Amino acid sequence: MVAPATPKSWYLPSKPHKFCPGCGHGIVLKALGETIDELDIQDKTIFGCDIGCSLLSWDFLACDSTQTHHGRTTPVMVGIKRARPQLITIGYMGDGGGYSIGSQHLLNAAVRNEKVTLILVNNTNYGMTGGQMAPTTLPGQKTETTPYGRDPEKTGYPTKGPEFLSELTPDGAYVARATVSKYKQLRRFLRNALRNQIEGNGFSFLEVLSTCPTNWRTNAQQTWHFLEDEMEQFFTVGEFKTPFGKGDK
Amino acid sequence: MQKVIGETKKAFLTGNEAIAWGCLAAEADMMFGYPITPQNEIMHYWTRLAPKYGKEFLQTEDEISAGFTVCGAIQSGIKAFTATAGPGNVLMQEPFGMAEGMRLPFFAIIQQRGGPSSGTVIYSQQEVSLTCYGGNGEGHRIVYSTATHQELYDYTIKGFNTAWKYRFPTYLLGDGYQAKMREPLEMYEPSERGIDIIKPYPLLGLEGHIGTDREPQHLRNIYSMEEELYDVVLKNDADYNSVRQEITEYSEFNCENAEVIIISHGVVSRAAEDAVKVLRAQGIKAGSFRPITLRPFPREQLLAVLEKSNAKKLLITESALGQLERIVKYEIYGQTLPIETLFMPGVGIIDYDIIQKIKSII
Ligand SMILES: Cc1ncc(C[n+]2csc(CCOP(=O)(O)OP(=O)(O)O)c2C)c(N)n1
Ligand code: SF4
Ligand SMILES: [Mg+2]
Repeated sequence: MVAPATPKSWYLPSKPHKFCPGCGHGIVLKALGETIDELDIQDKTIFGCDIGCSLLSWDFLACDSTQTHHGRTTPVMVGIKRARPQLITIGYMGDGGGYSIGSQHLLNAAVRNEKVTLILVNNTNYGMTGGQMAPTTLPGQKTETTPYGRDPEKTGYPTKGPEFLSELTPDGAYVARATVSKYKQLRRFLRNALRNQIEGNGFSFLEVLSTCPTNWRTNAQQTWHFLEDEMEQFFTVGEFKTPFGKGDK
Repeated sequence: MQKVIGETKKAFLTGNEAIAWGCLAAEADMMFGYPITPQNEIMHYWTRLAPKYGKEFLQTEDEISAGFTVCGAIQSGIKAFTATAGPGNVLMQEPFGMAEGMRLPFFAIIQQRGGPSSGTVIYSQQEVSLTCYGGNGEGHRIVYSTATHQELYDYTIKGFNTAWKYRFPTYLLGDGYQAKMREPLEMYEPSERGIDIIKPYPLLGLEGHIGTDREPQHLRNIYSMEEELYDVVLKNDADYNSVRQEITEYSEFNCENAEVIIISHGVVSRAAEDAVKVLRAQGIKAGSFRPITLRPFPREQLLAVLEKSNAKKLLITESALGQLERIVKYEIYGQTLPIETLFMPGVGIIDYDIIQKIKSII
C-alpha cells in the first residue's frame, strides 16, 4: 500500500504552499507534519514561526499557530510553554532569525533548559530579504552583502549552532543537525526532538541544512551539490546531545 | 580626496541607489547595517561600491547592534551611518536614544514600511512619530522627509552635514516607494554646488598625552542627580531651539488666495501638488503646504502661509492614521480653521484621492 502523500496535520486550504520550487522548507515541513501525525500531538501542538521564509508556514499546519517578530520566536514559545506546560511548542525559524537577531534568546533558552522544541532551517543566507549574508554563510560564498565572497577575516566563520548549544545545555537537552538530503534521518531527529519535549526532559533543538535555489541562483543539480558537497562538509550532521542512547553520529 | 561623481551627471536610479551614491558623495566612511526591506539595496550598493573607494561595511547581528556600532564608530571619529525600516527602526530607538542623550552626530536613513509589527515590507508614512519622537527623550532630532530622488541624493549629503554641524541625531525619512522606484536625478560633487563637507572628528582617542597635553574624555549618558539631568535636557533644548529656524525647511505651492490648503509630507506631497494643479484648472482655489523638516516643524512658516492665504479649510493627508495630523494640530494650536483629513495608513495616495476628498469637503 502506498502511504498517503499528505500528512493529516497539514492544512489543506493553504496548499499548494508558497515556497519557491526546490526550496528545502517544504521538505522540513513535510517531515514535521508526518512526525506530528506519528506522535499524535496535532491538537495540543502550538506551532510558532519567525519572520523570514519560515513565515510562509504561518498557516501551513492544521495546528494552532502563531507568528512573531524576526528573531523572537524563541521567547514567544517559551512564554506559551511556561504558561501551559501541557502544550507542545514548536518554534520554526531561519538561521538569521535564530543565530543572528535572536541569538541571545536562543542562548538563554538553552541555558535555562526551556522545554520547547526549536527547528532552525539553515540555508546559508537571508532568504526572505533577498539573499544577504547569514551567520551560516560559508567562507567565500557570495551573497548580496558579501558580493566579493564572505571573508572570515572581516565577518568571522559560520556559526555552528548545535555545537555551541550542546555545550551550553544541561542534561536532558536534545541537540542535533539534520539535512533535507537524508529524509529518514531528518524524521528520526524530529521525532527525538519532539519526544524529548513530550517526556519533559529539556530543551530540544534541531538545525536542518536546507536549500535556497532562488538566492543561491542554482539549478537543481547545483543546488544538491551545494547542499551535499559544501554545506554537509562544513556542518557536521548528527546528534550532538541526546537523552536517548548514544546518539546518531 | 578621490572624486566620487566627477562631472555632474544625469542618472536614472532607484532611490536606494541614489542614497548609496549620496553617502559616498558626503564622504561617509563606514556603514553598519542589518538587512530589512525596503532598505536593503542601500546596503547592497554600498557593499559593492565601498571597496572601490576605500570604505567599509559591517553587517551586524541585528539593528540594536548596528545602531550602537555606529555610536561607537562616530565617537572614535569616523563618519559612520546606518539605514533601516519598520521593526528595525523600532529596535534602533535604543541607540538613537544614546545618540540623542550624548549629542552624537548620528545620521540614519529610514525607509518607512507598513506597521504596526512586521506590517508590510512595502510602504507607509507610519514611522513619523517614531522617528521624530521615539525613545525615552524629548525628540531632539532632525527629520527630513523627502519626496523625490533628487532630494534623496541632496538630503543624504545635507543630512550628514546637519548631524555633524548641530550634533543632533538626523534622519532622512523616505519610504518603500521612494526606495524602490526609478526616477531621474542629477548627481554632483558637493563642492560643485558650493557645499562644504564637514569633516568628522573624534570624541574619544584624542591626540596627545593625558595629563600633559589634554584631559581624559569622560562621556556619559546617565546622571546621579535629578538636577544634573534636568540641566542637560534644558541645555539640549535651548541648543535645539537656537538653531531651529536655520534648520527648518518647507515648501508651498499655490497658497496665495487658496481657499483650501492641503498639508502633506514626503512622497504624498507630490500627489497633493498634482491635485492642486487639477483643482485650480477646474476653478477650485487649492494650495499645498509641505513640511520638509518634520522636526523641527516649520510652525511660523505654516502660520504665515495661512495668514496670507484665504484658507477656510485645511486638509491633512498622509499614509498613516494621523501621525502628521497630531504634529500639525500641536504646532498650530489656537488656529480655528476646520481641519479635514484623508488618512490611508500603509497605502499610497494619488492626486485622484485628494481631488475627490477636496470636492467632498468644499
Ligand atoms: C527587526 C527586523 N529586522 C529585520 C527584518 C527583515 N528581515 C525579514 S526576514 C529576514 C531574514 C530572514 O533570514 P532567515 O532568518 O535566515 O530566514 P530565511 O528567509 O532564510 O528562511 C530579515 C533580516 C525584520 N523583519 N525585522
Ligand atoms: S527564497 Fe529561498 S528559502 Fe525562501 S522560499 Fe525561496 S528558496 Fe525557500
Ligand atoms: Mg536563512
